[in-house]
Amino acid sequence: MSVEFKPEVVAFCCRHCAYAAADLAGGGRQAYPSAIKIVELPCTGRMDVVNVLHAFESGADGVLVAGCLSGKCHYIKGNLYARQRVNYLKALLDEIGLESERLRMVNISAAMGIRFAELANEHVECVRKLGPNPLRSAAKQGVAA
Amino acid sequence: MIVAESKPLEAISAMLQRYEKVLAVGCGTCVTVCFAGGRKEVATLAASLRMKRGIEGKPLEVAEAFVQRQCEWEYIEPLAEQVKKYDAVLSLGCGVGVQTLAERFPGTRVLPALNTLFMGLPTEAGVWEERCQACGACVLDKTGGICPVSRCAKQLFNGPCGGSQNGVCEVDKSVPCAWHMIWERADALGMTDALMEIEPPKNWASSRDGGLRRMVRDDLRTPTEDGGNE
Repeated sequence: MSVEFKPEVVAFCCRHCAYAAADLAGGGRQAYPSAIKIVELPCTGRMDVVNVLHAFESGADGVLVAGCLSGKCHYIKGNLYARQRVNYLKALLDEIGLESERLRMVNISAAMGIRFAELANEHVECVRKLGPNPLRSAAKQGVAA
Repeated sequence: MIVAESKPLEAISAMLQRYEKVLAVGCGTCVTVCFAGGRKEVATLAASLRMKRGIEGKPLEVAEAFVQRQCEWEYIEPLAEQVKKYDAVLSLGCGVGVQTLAERFPGTRVLPALNTLFMGLPTEAGVWEERCQACGACVLDKTGGICPVSRCAKQLFNGPCGGSQNGVCEVDKSVPCAWHMIWERADALGMTDALMEIEPPKNWASSRDGGLRRMVRDDLRTPTEDGGNE
């Protein structure tokens, strides 16, 4: 059964770093899983708690938040606010009954294409071990309805 | 503003155990400003509850609604038809909002999603502090605008006490001594003489006496037909 499980991971990526790094990874033919669905943000500071919850509610097996390196945010502290929200969300996910490991925040630069591919692979593998989001079937039924 | 915080998700979920369809209602006034019951908090709580119950195998429909002010009849009236469609209403308003909804919709169970904490202000991003306990007899004129009722641990009216050390209260090092601040403010205003007068015991009758408190303004009441002519 675990062989058939194909995780779906939403990656909220800052356009100044991770989004460009994902592009670089692709350009450099660094493989990262097709399971990663990238959402481009102007800054991870734009990521709202509700965005992440709705991703999980809609059936995402994992969420990756990728922002600039500490001290390198184009908007000064957007990545730091995002980190605080991720920490809040992790506690909330545990309360909800969904493993908080399904959510991870990473910090990279636009030049770190190889690192982006590594982190994407790591997170997808982590999610694969956790198994499908238990809300996935309910979400699909909801879409069908 | 009235400051509130969310109850733990577990506690809210327990209140809703027997229901299948609930309406979560936010409030656009105080609890929006303190990030406890605004639109985003309604969306966050609704999604969290739907997910929690979905994982538990007992799906819960949580619809989201929002009014500008839960503590006035006119503002909650538009909810009248919507409320009938749900097993219960989950209010993200303060205690006043919850009770206004419960009073207007007596046939529907209205439940609180928040704990109402105090009347206060944001002192910095993410931090709120109490400033008023609505004692009903304001003394801020005598204390340089610093309230000893809400800010002094002993609610002293002649202070500071012996527990004041270097401007800090003995109950907690994070709590500044209100009376130290009152004296410093009086000094800056050249009003320390007034503080030398002994303040008699406060009359607390206006604070927590005789059940609910009520304020009446005759000039604002709806006129009766036999108001009389002069």
